[in-house]
Amino acid sequence: MTTATPTVAAGAQKTDGTPTTTAGRVRKRLNSRTATLVSIVIAVVWTIPTFGLLISSLRPEDEIKTTGWWTAFTNPQFTLENYEQVLFGRSASSGQLAGSFINSLAITIPSVLFPLAFACLAAYALAWINFRGRDWVYIAIFALQIVPLQMALVPLLKFFSTGVTLGGVTLMPAWDLVDEQKFAQVWFAHTCFALPFAVFLLHNFISQLPGDLMEAARVDGATHPKIFRTIVLPLITPALAAFGIFQFLWVWNDLLVALIFAGGGDETAPLTVKLAEMAGTRGNEWQRLTAGAFVSIVVPLIVFLSLQRFFVRGLLAGSVKG
Amino acid sequence: MEFDFAEEQPKFLMLMYGLIAFVAVVGGLLLLLDVVPAWFARRREAQLVAASVSGAPLPRRRKQGEGLFALFFLLPTVLLLTVGLVVPAIRTTLLSLMDGSSTNWVGLRNYSWMFSEGSIVRVLINTLIWVVLVPLVATGFGLIYAVLVDKARFEAVAKSLIFLPMAISFVGASIIWKFVYAYRGEGDQIGLLNQIVVSLGGEPKQWLLESPLNTLLLIVIMIWIQAGFAMVVLSAAIKAIPGDIVEAARLDGVSPWQMFWRITMPSIRPALIVVGVTLTIATLKVFDIVRTSTNGNYDTSVIASEMYNQAFRYGQNGQGSALAVFLFILVIPVVIYQIRNLRQQREG
Repeated sequence: MTTATPTVAAGAQKTDGTPTTTAGRVRKRLNSRTATLVSIVIAVVWTIPTFGLLISSLRPEDEIKTTGWWTAFTNPQFTLENYEQVLFGRSASSGQLAGSFINSLAITIPSVLFPLAFACLAAYALAWINFRGRDWVYIAIFALQIVPLQMALVPLLKFFSTGVTLGGVTLMPAWDLVDEQKFAQVWFAHTCFALPFAVFLLHNFISQLPGDLMEAARVDGATHPKIFRTIVLPLITPALAAFGIFQFLWVWNDLLVALIFAGGGDETAPLTVKLAEMAGTRGNEWQRLTAGAFVSIVVPLIVFLSLQRFFVRGLLAGSVKG
Repeated sequence: MEFDFAEEQPKFLMLMYGLIAFVAVVGGLLLLLDVVPAWFARRREAQLVAASVSGAPLPRRRKQGEGLFALFFLLPTVLLLTVGLVVPAIRTTLLSLMDGSSTNWVGLRNYSWMFSEGSIVRVLINTLIWVVLVPLVATGFGLIYAVLVDKARFEAVAKSLIFLPMAISFVGASIIWKFVYAYRGEGDQIGLLNQIVVSLGGEPKQWLLESPLNTLLLIVIMIWIQAGFAMVVLSAAIKAIPGDIVEAARLDGVSPWQMFWRITMPSIRPALIVVGVTLTIATLKVFDIVRTSTNGNYDTSVIASEMYNQAFRYGQNGQGSALAVFLFILVIPVVIYQIRNLRQQREG
């Protein structure tokens, strides 16, 4: 029954202006067939750019640079050499993406865990602990969602490089991080930027848990930490998964934060930074770019496809309830 | 083939430190929260025992404990948000009133620079084009596709394919599309777009060099990524329309066209607004696509990429900060619009 509207609505797209007197069922079937066809065609068109990239990444260098990837169907020549080159090659132009891949992992994992844990705690307090000013704290965190992270970049970088001094007193020394230690800066930045949305999303879930449950636990003498650990955490695993995936994709795919806080050095630059650099300086080395792009895509793609259910649920909870 | 795994060790070590820090902080906090209340409980028990022995009135349970818990639960979040977001945002606002090296106050000069410098005005116009086109086209496409796919077979597969670009980084997507737009001076074309143009009898072009067409081509990338998001949210909204409303309308004999405008559209209006607002904000902040595709050259720069260039490449902190503040100001009305809509929804 719930699908009835779209049926009619889609009919409106197709049959507008041509009044049909044919039996409804025939029309419906026809419509449904057209809709299937059109939607599949669009989906295929949507996928062609990615598909072209995948095919190209597997073709020999000379072939990529001289003929279109669509000729690979009539003249199939495939090789894994591009991937070998771009991942492990030692020449300066190769990209050495294997190292960047590890950087991406090293940046992403803590950048997902920290905001997840902190936001979870905060969301619980805002939903189930009674204290004065609770609404104001929630509104403040909620409102921070709209601050673009661009607003924080310059001072935050300065904060890391020179520390904090107030009236001549050093409140915090400079972090003075070198090489791979810079990961810590990136974790810190990502955690801060993720928290408002994370708290908001998890608060949506946690505040909807049945109040009776909490009440019963309180009556039984359970303290807040105990309720949090034994009742709330197990119940909100889907929400945690949703935010985890969301944050994972965001951090893994991020360019701006990594560019500023990790820099372009081999020790810290994640895949996105390396690829953006390659696209700028070696824009015509398609054998490297195509393979490199695919290396960066493959992990989020796997995560996304295997956990799509959670992701969509989180997306809907996060956006529709707004 | 000479990749040396040993050289990567410091990174793993650093990652391990990070994980240890995570366990220490979160575990420590939870432990603390377990120990402290237990201590309070014991003390209260002792008080109760003492009170009942001496016959004095039982001490009332104090409410303070709650506030203490809340403090600890909220501490990491509030601390990080203050240090990492609130204070920097205030500082950025102040920096936008100072010169490039952040030493002298210059008043609103950075802002007047923004609206008088030709190249920056171009940036603002580009951003406007982005903000108008991306939400409109992506939401429109998402809506049509959601309606279309709803009664199609293979719905799940088709939706996944449209949704897939959401998982691809903006950088990856930009490379994918740069390849579509690729140009070769002689011989066969390797870019799909030029190949299509050639096979239709046209002349191949260097698409990304031609302003203002290049901005539109970059916008295509953003739409390609975001349409899936719009489609998924709107599709869920369409499926949530109660069946009896639709049935009643059909019994009244409304035409499919009327059904779409009178039933479907009003029902999914909240979802439409949310999608539009989310896309507008995301588009305002778009950076990666411009940076990867053209690096902001050839008149394609937008506010976010210009802000990066000013602050981190040219060392103009004042001008960069002014752009960041302007970005923030642009976001505010969008958010206010959404909040007002939400409130109406709740009251209506």
